[in-house]
Amino acid sequence: MAKKIMIPAVAAVVAVVLASGILILADEFTKKDVKRWEDEFMSVVKKGRELWVSPELGTNGVACAQCHPNAANTHPETYPKFQRQLGRVIPLRDMINWCLQNPLEGETLKADDPKMVALESYIAYERRGVAMAPGKH
Amino acid sequence: MRGFRTTRRDFIKTAGALTAVGALPVSMVELAFADSQNNFTFAYISDAHIQQIKGAKFVRNWDRGLIRAVAETNLLQPKPDFVVFGGDLAQLGKKEELDHGLEMLSKLNYKFHCVMGEHDYYYDLGKYWSELFGPHYYSWDHKGVHFVTLNSILTSDEWTFNRWPTDEQRMLEMAGLDNPNGSPFMVGEKQRAWLRKDLEKVKRNTPVVVFSHSPIQKIYKGWNFWTDDAEEVQALLRPFPDATVVYGHVHQIQYNQIRNITFSSVMATAWPWPYPQSYAQAESHLPKLTVQMNRADPFFERDATGWQFINMESGRVAMNYNLYNNTDRTVAFNRKTGHPEDSVYQAADRRIAPQIHY
Repeated sequence: MAKKIMIPAVAAVVAVVLASGILILADEFTKKDVKRWEDEFMSVVKKGRELWVSPELGTNGVACAQCHPNAANTHPETYPKFQRQLGRVIPLRDMINWCLQNPLEGETLKADDPKMVALESYIAYERRGVAMAPGKH
Repeated sequence: MRGFRTTRRDFIKTAGALTAVGALPVSMVELAFADSQNNFTFAYISDAHIQQIKGAKFVRNWDRGLIRAVAETNLLQPKPDFVVFGGDLAQLGKKEELDHGLEMLSKLNYKFHCVMGEHDYYYDLGKYWSELFGPHYYSWDHKGVHFVTLNSILTSDEWTFNRWPTDEQRMLEMAGLDNPNGSPFMVGEKQRAWLRKDLEKVKRNTPVVVFSHSPIQKIYKGWNFWTDDAEEVQALLRPFPDATVVYGHVHQIQYNQIRNITFSSVMATAWPWPYPQSYAQAESHLPKLTVQMNRADPFFERDATGWQFINMESGRVAMNYNLYNNTDRTVAFNRKTGHPEDSVYQAADRRIAPQIHY
């Protein structure tokens, strides 16, 4: 049954490849691709940095960078970890949200909020090169 | 923490209760001196970063830090001869922030001296600060010690006068500790010439204590834990066997000895900063002598902040760090070893896990 469906599908792909004259393989990419992926990531890191120093992220004008210059002392490599003050194992974003609510007197961000992704990207980028240490206090 | 409210009146009540059970910091215990005439104490409060939100609304967290430091300093026994405020009273150099900060500092029962911080300076280049606190640098003598206050957060004329379209932007660019658009601090030629002249009339055996906002030594340039002409200033202090520099800005415990000069940082009342080594992309030169403060617990908003009580011990600084949510620390000059040492944690085997930063 499955075979019967597969055959026309494969035939169609082959037809497209032949028509375009390019051999498409899933695991092949060019320097240009790598550059694009880096650029995409860095554009989000840049947004994260903008949010990091922004007095608008919370409600009281306090910015993340005031206590965490260059995102230092955020230790993204140690998450998920047991955050004893909360009594459970949490991902880094739970601490980001804790900071948003407390020192910044603001609102939390959802996990898939582009702002949250940008903050996580910036924090991880500033910590690049440090070995993973999940659970470390 | 959010929703946490304590009035000043509540605090004083609490402080009174603490006194009753003898739980006040060690530094408030009366100290006995061999030659009581030459010995005295003073207190040091720094880096309050009073931050206006809008109108009469200020960031509560930073207000609480300064209010607490002032209230506790007023409880000191013996009474300090004076108090020094080590700079960064304001966050963005605004009149409202300096006024509100002064309002809180005015509650001190003692005479106080102020040091200029970059957050006080780069909006109007210290104009309003001067109206409130006087000259940007000056010296005075007290019980045989020569005290000097420097404005160490100056930078190049080009950066100060020609680079930024508005005063607000200049202030914001310098206010970001990790902002690559900032500029290295310096004391500058004019002030060094003044210092040379000021020190000419001081006898060589006089203890000299310099108060500056930035460290007059080079630790990490990226966050301005740095003074560009540090070596030139150090050279001016070289003739004095008992020379000390006390600095703010770094929001953490640091101490060092460079030849004749002992360096001691003070804590912030507002918030702590990471040690530069915690920034994985940078190289720092934290003095090897320094036993680091405990890692801060953000859930206690005053943790890793505090104020200092300083015992002059006949010309050398014994720094008592009053830490709100940690055990207090004492770092005093040891005449035998010739450098400052922590009274408990100095030996490698005495250090505790929370002092390890990464």
